[in-house]
Parts: sequence; C-alpha cells; structure tokens
Amino acid sequence: MPKVTIDGHSIEVPEGTTILQAARMIGGDIVPPAMCYYSKLKTSGGYCRTCIVKVTKGSEKDPRPMPKPVASCRTTVMDGMEVQNTTAPDLLEARKGVVEFLLLNHPLDCPVCDQAGECHLQDLSYQHGLAKSRYEFKRREFEKIDIGENIKLHMTRCILCYRCVKVADQVCDSRVHGVINRGDVAEISTYIEKSLDSDFSGNVIDVCPVGALTDRTFRFKSRVWFTNPMNAHRNCTKCSGKTVLWTSGDDVLRVSARKDVHGEVEEWICNECRFEKKEKSDWTIEGPRHIDRKSVISANHYEVKKQLKIDVSNQKSIDERAHNN
Amino acid sequence: MGRKLLTENINVPGIQSLDVYRKHGGYDGLKKALGMSPDAIVEEVKKSGLRGRGGAGFPTGMKWSFLAKPDGVPRHLVCNADESEPGTFKDRYMMERIPHLLIEGMAIGSFALGANTSYIYIRGELLYVFHILQKAIDEAYAAGLLGKNIMGSGFDFDLHVHCGAGAYICGEETALIESLEGKRGNPRIKPPFPAIQGLWQRPTVVNNVESVMAVVPIVKMGGDEYAKIGVGKSTGTKLISACGHINKPGVYEIELGIPVEEFIYSDEYCGGIRNGKDLKAVVAGGSSVPILPKDLILKLANGEPRLMTYESLSDGGFITGTMLGSGGFIVMDEDTSVVKNLYTFSRFYHHESCGQCSPCREGTGWMEKVLHKILDGHGTLEDVDLLWDIQSKIEGKTICPLGEAAAWPVASAIRHFRSEFEEYVKNPSSIKKDNHYYRLNNISPEVA
Ligand SMILES: Cc1cc2nc3c(=O)[nH]c(=O)nc-3n(C[C@H](O)[C@H](O)[C@H](O)COP(=O)(O)O)c2cc1C
Ligand code: SF4
Ligand code: SF4
Ligand code: SF4
Ligand code: FES
Repeated sequence: MPKVTIDGHSIEVPEGTTILQAARMIGGDIVPPAMCYYSKLKTSGGYCRTCIVKVTKGSEKDPRPMPKPVASCRTTVMDGMEVQNTTAPDLLEARKGVVEFLLLNHPLDCPVCDQAGECHLQDLSYQHGLAKSRYEFKRREFEKIDIGENIKLHMTRCILCYRCVKVADQVCDSRVHGVINRGDVAEISTYIEKSLDSDFSGNVIDVCPVGALTDRTFRFKSRVWFTNPMNAHRNCTKCSGKTVLWTSGDDVLRVSARKDVHGEVEEWICNECRFEKKEKSDWTIEGPRHIDRKSVISANHYEVKKQLKIDVSNQKSIDERAHNN
Repeated sequence: MGRKLLTENINVPGIQSLDVYRKHGGYDGLKKALGMSPDAIVEEVKKSGLRGRGGAGFPTGMKWSFLAKPDGVPRHLVCNADESEPGTFKDRYMMERIPHLLIEGMAIGSFALGANTSYIYIRGELLYVFHILQKAIDEAYAAGLLGKNIMGSGFDFDLHVHCGAGAYICGEETALIESLEGKRGNPRIKPPFPAIQGLWQRPTVVNNVESVMAVVPIVKMGGDEYAKIGVGKSTGTKLISACGHINKPGVYEIELGIPVEEFIYSDEYCGGIRNGKDLKAVVAGGSSVPILPKDLILKLANGEPRLMTYESLSDGGFITGTMLGSGGFIVMDEDTSVVKNLYTFSRFYHHESCGQCSPCREGTGWMEKVLHKILDGHGTLEDVDLLWDIQSKIEGKTICPLGEAAAWPVASAIRHFRSEFEEYVKNPSSIKKDNHYYRLNNISPEVA
C-alpha cells in the first residue's frame, strides 16, 4: 500500500487513492477544501481548483517535486509522496487566488440567498477570501430560471462545478440539462427551460455547493439556522427513504438527503420524499440531526458548540439556547 | 538557400491534384513505408529527432512509441488541423496548397501505429480547406491509396476529415478528442493521456499537420539524413509563418538553426522591417509565447546570436527567453504599442476560454477589462501590479495550458515593457499617439 505524507502526517492508503481522499482519511485542518469533487459522482473534480496542493516529492521512485500545484481530488497518491497543504505559504496564496476567482463575479447576496448558512462558498470566503474584492467591474448576471416545479436555478451564483450535470448524467434516467456557451458566459441550462423531470432530479439541489440550485418548495421559508434538522425515514419504494427534515415547530419546511462530514450526501433520495412528504406524520422521526460542518449553520445547534471556538463569555447563553432547542 | 523538404513542390502548378502530386514523387514515401515494418518506421522517426510542430515540441518518435497496444482494441492517429493561434498560419497554407502530402503522412503514420481508421480535425473557419482535403481524399480512395488493401499491401486504411465549429480550445488535444466524439470541446483532465485512453477511450496519437507531413520526407530520406539538418536537438526544417511589420510576410520553411537576425533581415525570408523602421519586439512562436524586445530576440543574454531552434529561443527561461512554439512569428516595429497588442491577445484568450476551471474562466476576462481600463485612460500604477498578480494566479493552476497561454503574454509584456504601461497610466494622452492595428471594444466594461 502506498504511503503518503501530507503536512507531516503519514498514512498508508489503498492503491488508486487520491491525495484528497488520503487527506480526508487523516482528517482535520489539513483536508483541502473541495468545491467540485464529489466522491459519489464519477469523473467529478478538477474544475474549481480550490483543492490544489503542492507535491514536494513525487514518489520514492521519482522523488522530483511536481512543477505546478496539482488538484488533489484528481491526483493519485504514489508511494513515498510528500504533499504540502497548510504548511506551504505559497500554496495558500495560490488558493487565495482561486477563491478570489470564484468570488470574482459572484453576487455574494447571502442575506437573500437560501443557501446561506450551509454554503461552501461562504465558508471558503470566510477562511481564504480577501476582505475586499479587487474587482471593480460590473458582475455578470443571469436571469433566474425555474427548472420544473420544484427547482430554481439562480445561475448568477453558479460556480460551474459540474456536479449537477453529473447527477443528471449518473443518477437520473436521462439528462436534459448541461453547460452551454463557454468561458465566463458559460451557463448551466436546460434547453428552453425544459424541466428536469426524473425521480431523482432533486438531488441536484443537494450537490450544488452554492445557492444556484435551490428547493422552490423551501424558498424564503426560513433561514436554515432557525430550523431544527431531524433524522427521519419512511418506507419508500424508490429510495432508501432516509432523510433529514428541516422543521420549525410542527412544520416540515424542507426535506433533504443526509450529508456526511464533507458535506456530501450519504444516499440519494427521490423527489417524492423530497418534495411531496411535508407532514411530520409522513415520517418516522429518529431524533436530532448531528450537523458536522463548522459553518454558520451549526451556530444554533447544541451538538456543535464543542467544535466552535467561541468566546467563553458566550458559552452560557449558547448552552441555554441549546437546551431550549 | 536552405533545403526545402515540405515546400519543395509547393509552387508546381496543379500540385493540389493527385496526378501532378504523384508525378513529383507523391506517395513514393507511402510505397516505401508499406514495404517496411511498422516498428522500423517508428525507429526512423525516432532517429530523425522530429519534434512536434504543434507548439510543445515533444519528440514525435517517442510519442509514437508510447502508444498503448492492447489486443483487440483499435488505435487512432488524429491530425490536429485546428490551427487558430494568432500569428500561426502555416498548416492552413500547406493543406490548401498540397493536401496530398498530409494524406500521405497520415497513411504512413497510421500504418506505423497500426491504426486502421484515422482522422483529420480541421478548424471550422477553414471550411474551404476542408473541401480541398475532402476532394483529395476522394481522389486517393479512387486510386486505391486509401480504403481496403491500400497499394496492394494488405493494410486497410480509412481516413476521415472532420470540421470543428470554430473554437481555439479544440486545438488542445483532449478538447479536440471530445469534440471529435461529438461532445462539448472541454479539455480532459489528465491523466489518462490520449496514448492510453484517447478517442473513444482508445489509444490515440494526436499530431500537428506539419509533424505528420514531415514524416513523408523522413521515410523517403531516412531518419539519420533528416537529423543532419539543424542544430542539436532541433533537427530538420520548420515552417515559420511570419507576419507583422516586415517587408515579406508569408510562410517560410527554414532549416532549424539559422540566426533569428538572418530570418528577419535576409531577403530570403522576412526581408527586414517595413518602411525602413527599426525593430521593437517579436512574438516568436504564436501569441501565447513571451514577447521579447529587440536586443533579447536577436541575442542571448550572454551576447551570442539567438538561433531559430527550440533550445536557443528558450535560452534564459522566461526571464530573457521565449519559445519556438508553433512557429507564428509576429514582428513589431518601433511604432507599435505593446500594451495595445497585449490587449488584443487578452481579448482573444478571454473569448476562447472554455470556462471549465475558475482561474482561466474568471481571470482571462479580468485581465482584459483591466487592460481596457488602462487604454481608456483610467489606469493606475496599481492596475499594472494587479495585472501581474492576476496572471501569476492563473499560471500553473489550470486544467489545460490555455491558462498559461493567457498569462505569459501579460507577464512578458510587463516584464520587458513596464515603462510603456507606466507611461499610459501617468500620461493618458500618450495612448492616442501610436496606434497600430488595434481596436478597443466600443463598450467599456461597466464599473460596478
Ligand atoms: C489552447 C491550445 C490550443 C492548441 N492548438 C493547437 C493547434 O491549433 N494545432 C496543433 O497542432 N496543436 C495545438 N495545440 C497543441 C496540442 O494540444 C498538441 O500538443 C499537439 O497537437 C500535438 O502535436 P505535435 O506533437 O505534433 O506537436 C494546442 C494546445 C493548447 C493548449
Ligand atoms: S451562494 Fe453562498 S456565497 Fe453565494 S450568495 Fe448564496 S450563500 Fe452567499
Ligand atoms: S448549478 Fe450548482 S451544482 Fe450545478 S454547476 Fe452550478 S454550482 Fe455546480
Ligand atoms: S485553462 Fe481555460 S481553456 Fe483550459 S480547461 Fe481551464 S478554463 Fe478551459
Ligand atoms: S475539488 Fe478538486 S478541483 Fe475542485
């Protein structure tokens, strides 16, 4: 089994493992951010370039460093490889550049964006972004489009990660959407606003790292951090029926798939579970959902307080709020 | 006079037709090749030292020997005729004038690689050349030079010419393959390389038009003989498309190794700078390679003459050197504005980015807008630093080399001509002064 060292942490991994996967096995701060790679989608990754790392030693056999930073999500580990992520200042500077490019034409209208609080781009810009944009030109804008009854496409916020295209290719029975045009006017589109109608099309919402694809049945109902996520399941003939209900009192505001520590869905869910089962009585509720990610979303949830580096003076009020939840 | 291997017969009347081409030794190379073993042909190409003429200069024989040969899986040779790099127009010239040379090269190469079906992918704008090639292919089929059992050799070979839709990015070999498969022309993320999984996931060699054509004289004269022309690892002849402020723009076949100065000033080639003006700068290998000022293009940093070879042109790295690239040789006289020229290049790369990866998608447009701002007379010194910073954040962080192709011209213009940027910024009225062949977009980018 090849052995790789990332920021000084060594691990042996199965043949064919990528640097990003190896970093995830090690865990912690050394895991590069990934905006386009999705382990459940074949051929994903390589586009956004946020996951770049520096390979200072190619392998035991060929110890030469790699001349350029590489996309960790698409580079396989070689035995003896040495990688720098957080320990290389020039790499962090390069990543800052990538984040700046991703945000260059991004509206950052988080206050009115349904994704706020669970947005990977928001997290990324907090961690790596510049305080102020150096871009002084008008940002590009696209019209909002309804793709079918349940999904809203807000292309202006899209980072062209291609995940939704791969979901449509690999999870739905047929693909009616893709990328049209090129360069900085490339856009996700369904030809002539044709709706995405497949039992599994709703999964594009869950894979979208930003607020470009959102659930129309949830739009503007609530800020996500004011809702209570609950694990729930039902007997479903199409999918596993294992979901998260985002509730407020007795109302089920939104149904989504369950996501792991990397923000990836555990299992795809069908549109019936997602869009049509909006009563608590439709579901067997298992209990509160553990939210792992360190983003704003977690701020209101009691389980996460341990992970948040918070001011001790705040501790009490957060504890109290947690108990009230 | 330098030796001519590819253009020897280019001015023979009617050389476009099969009859005349054959009368001048056409398809003798193929005949000879079919009598050799495929491996022996690869060996000759290796010995010749031929390096890819599409831009990167990778040794062709080595590329051929890397081709995977799994049992029962077809292989392909794909000719890259997408030539769209600003300043490069040699492939078009050759295909238009002497189409059978490409077909002969494709047949020899395909036989050497064991490819029974091969493709020429031609740039969409060159529709008229597509028709010329198609006509030549039809002639070759009728004469038994293509199709079943070519020239009675037992080798079956089909050749197709496919027209792109007009995108520079489809010249990148993996984008070309995607496009040929009928998909969106997005470069693939490598590995896997085409030699293992190319067209339809089959082992594939992609070669430039000129590389394929060069195989014909190599087979005819032998690799060793070919390698005698040139200097060091730059062997054989190279087509250079020369343009700009010279007396004799055009496509020239040179023996690699002649001094740059001779190429620019001798009557055999460019014939010197137009209107008795002085030389200011040269972009030596197509728009993406670094621009060099007069003193550095004519001489190396150590004062020795710079030669038209891969090594000599890249001597000094990007600090004092450039690249031979695709052979698009753009000459600028003393009146030329490097900044305005750069703007034109930047506009091109912005327009041609496929948009897959964020640094190129966003960065190319940003650089164009900042340059536009400077040429509009609103630039600041910080904008020059900003341009430098943007290009450095694109370079090396993208999926395909288009990112670098967009970054290098900006970096080199600032490196060698920073004072010109500063002059425009400090003294906007100077922008109007010199005005060679450039057009600002009518619309200024909107400021937020
Ligand atoms: C953006 C881009 C455009 C390119 N355009 C061309 C082209 O028009 N013609 C060409 O032969 N090679 C082009 N190339 C280089 C090809 O990817 C490839 O290296 C070449 O076709 C290999 O042929 P060779 O080994 O015979 O040079 C381009 C590369 C890039 C990155
Ligand atoms: S997509 Fe994310 S970063 Fe963009 S506006 Fe929405 S929440 Fe903010
Ligand atoms: S819509 Fe969302 S998932 Fe689709 S490409 Fe854009 S950002 Fe990615
Ligand atoms: S570098 Fe530019 S052209 Fe190449 S893949 Fe990325 S976006 Fe496309
Ligand atoms: S996650 Fe690797 S390039 Fe986007």
